[in-house]
Amino acid sequence: MSVRVGEAAEAPDFRQAAHALLANKQVRANVRRATETIRNKRANVVGEMPDWEQLRDAGRAIKRRVMRNLDSHLEQFEAACTRAGGQVHWARDADEGNRIVTQIIQSHGQKEIIKVKTMTSDETQLNPHLEANGIIPWETDLADLIIQLGHDKPSHIVVPALHKNKTEIRTLFMEKMGLKELGTKPEDLTAAARAYLRERFLRVKVGYSGANFAVAETGSVCVVESEGNGRMCVTLPEIMITMVGIEKIVPSFDDLEVFLQLLPRSATGERMNPYNSIWTGVTPGDGPKEFHVILLDNGRTKVLADEESRETLHCIRCAACLNVCPVYRQTGGHAYGSIYSGPIGAILTPQLQSMEHSQSLPYASSLCGACYDVCPVKINIPEILIHLRTRIVENGDRGAAERIGMRMAAYTMSDAGRFSGAQKLVKIGAKPLESLGLPGWSASRDLPAIPKESFRDWWKKRQVEKNKA
Amino acid sequence: MLISLFVACYNDTLFPDTGKAVVTVLERLGHTVEFREAQTCCGQMHYNTGYRPEAIAVMKHFVETFRDAQIICVPSSSCVSMMREHYPKMAKDAGLETEIEELLPRVYEFSELLVDKFGITDVGASYPHTVTMHTSCHSIRSLHIGDKPERLLKAVQGLNLVKLPAADQCCGFGGTFAIKNAEVSSAMLDEKIKAITSTGASICTAGDNSCLMHIGGGLSRQDTGVTCIHLAEILAAREVSVQ
Repeated sequence: MSVRVGEAAEAPDFRQAAHALLANKQVRANVRRATETIRNKRANVVGEMPDWEQLRDAGRAIKRRVMRNLDSHLEQFEAACTRAGGQVHWARDADEGNRIVTQIIQSHGQKEIIKVKTMTSDETQLNPHLEANGIIPWETDLADLIIQLGHDKPSHIVVPALHKNKTEIRTLFMEKMGLKELGTKPEDLTAAARAYLRERFLRVKVGYSGANFAVAETGSVCVVESEGNGRMCVTLPEIMITMVGIEKIVPSFDDLEVFLQLLPRSATGERMNPYNSIWTGVTPGDGPKEFHVILLDNGRTKVLADEESRETLHCIRCAACLNVCPVYRQTGGHAYGSIYSGPIGAILTPQLQSMEHSQSLPYASSLCGACYDVCPVKINIPEILIHLRTRIVENGDRGAAERIGMRMAAYTMSDAGRFSGAQKLVKIGAKPLESLGLPGWSASRDLPAIPKESFRDWWKKRQVEKNKA
Repeated sequence: MLISLFVACYNDTLFPDTGKAVVTVLERLGHTVEFREAQTCCGQMHYNTGYRPEAIAVMKHFVETFRDAQIICVPSSSCVSMMREHYPKMAKDAGLETEIEELLPRVYEFSELLVDKFGITDVGASYPHTVTMHTSCHSIRSLHIGDKPERLLKAVQGLNLVKLPAADQCCGFGGTFAIKNAEVSSAMLDEKIKAITSTGASICTAGDNSCLMHIGGGLSRQDTGVTCIHLAEILAAREVSVQ
């Protein structure tokens, strides 16, 4: 088994990554502007829904049901998809998923694929794998294209190129598409991308996508996108491949009713998503002649096994939690070292990877709870962050000094005599708190002076005086 | 009524004036305050940092100390949030489900006690200053305290309450977060300070001295002339306007 989440295993820890990103004023300004725009749009379209809370409850209930019976839902999906003419493959980890994709492409003698809307392929690092096997992957989602052309990394779950502004994108397009002239309006940029992509849509014979939802009852796959490029990817090619995380299953077609309301309002602040493509197997004379689905585990069954954090798998990748997160707002997505950034990334990446390389992520939060408030499926992200911190401590990974300090503090705090003694120790020196070991605090914040008298000492004196009187 | 004060460990040690102010306000309203000297801490720092067994030990001590208290007043929304959100789950591990279930409804955050339990907004305070209110994350998103503190402040004589922009955004304290990720925490604080100074207020208040220690530390470092003070201390004040 080789569970891999993009390049997260090699990523620096959050604090180090954040240090570099905090110095980048342009990226921070781009992130603030973009997330504010989306969060305001979301607030408006969520606010107009009288049954939003009930929808969230319904979404959560469906996801809980899925997770309780995931094995049978998956088998049901396999049977239905196969009946409809699709071919279903199972991949235990990133390498197996990548190998299956490559084999399908090579068995048709093809050298190129057009791709759309797929975080799982970033997770498995499919593109480098394909390139190493002589296959060119063309990203067709506009933002993914920007990332690919710039050899950049996605910084947001829904808007991967959110850290780039219009001017930066224009420069990139001119250079990489070999354009001598290009206008400065957004329409000029999308027209350039359209001309660049259309030729590939018409030529390339293999299409590849991720999936927002996979319907167990019918074997259908659903992709939700805004540009129509996804629609081209799933209809024009002769061979279609979809790789989907096993948690993306919904039991019945009717369940989409709930999620296709929750997702667009939470993700982009739209009432309805522009392009909702749902397809089932193959239909002679219409669309791809061959359809493959790869069901990817890559650590998900491990998350499923932990009842306290299982609901991490409920995520529908709307990124509402990123757009309201005050930490993400400062650093942008690259600080999280994973395609899954922001609050959901801080709980998902360390669980998929067993926290080997991502132990800093559960601490990348002030536990302010804004993420939990907006989550369309009510994932209690702060609670899971704490749970993961507890797991890190249980593994002994926080180091002996912190552990001893915390034990001593707990010993002190469970007895008033000891607590009062500790208060006196602090006072005797009357030193600023800094000398008690608060590195980092004093760089930006003055410390309060330690009062001469604690509350309990004042109270005691007051009682004595009262008794005298 | 007899009210048992759980002052919170950091108020006890670093912000005793807040505890004194709670006593002043409650006694002014005709109540009797007791302070059980066995009290220590709610265990939040341990729990949030991942030290669950240690937090449970502290919770047990809280239960033993306040088992028979009728009304427990806490001038810290983050401690109350810790109790309401996490004690029920921790209680299962400690075999204290019944005790916690019985105890929690008797725990009130300071402004909840005044507004919900007593039905009071005017506590007879006078504080002739321009004040802005920092609504802490725990107070709005966990306790759903709404506009209770604002209603209390609006009833204070001479007080000019000005709205804080982006009030629901975290100040960046987050307990050990402020140290473990000091730079991000400080960047969050910078935004909060800009919002506070944009209001023209000379005083920033909140129901949590933990946020205020962090915000006040930044306001002081940046020499803004704005000072932080706990809500209870404003409600205890009887300052007369110099004009």
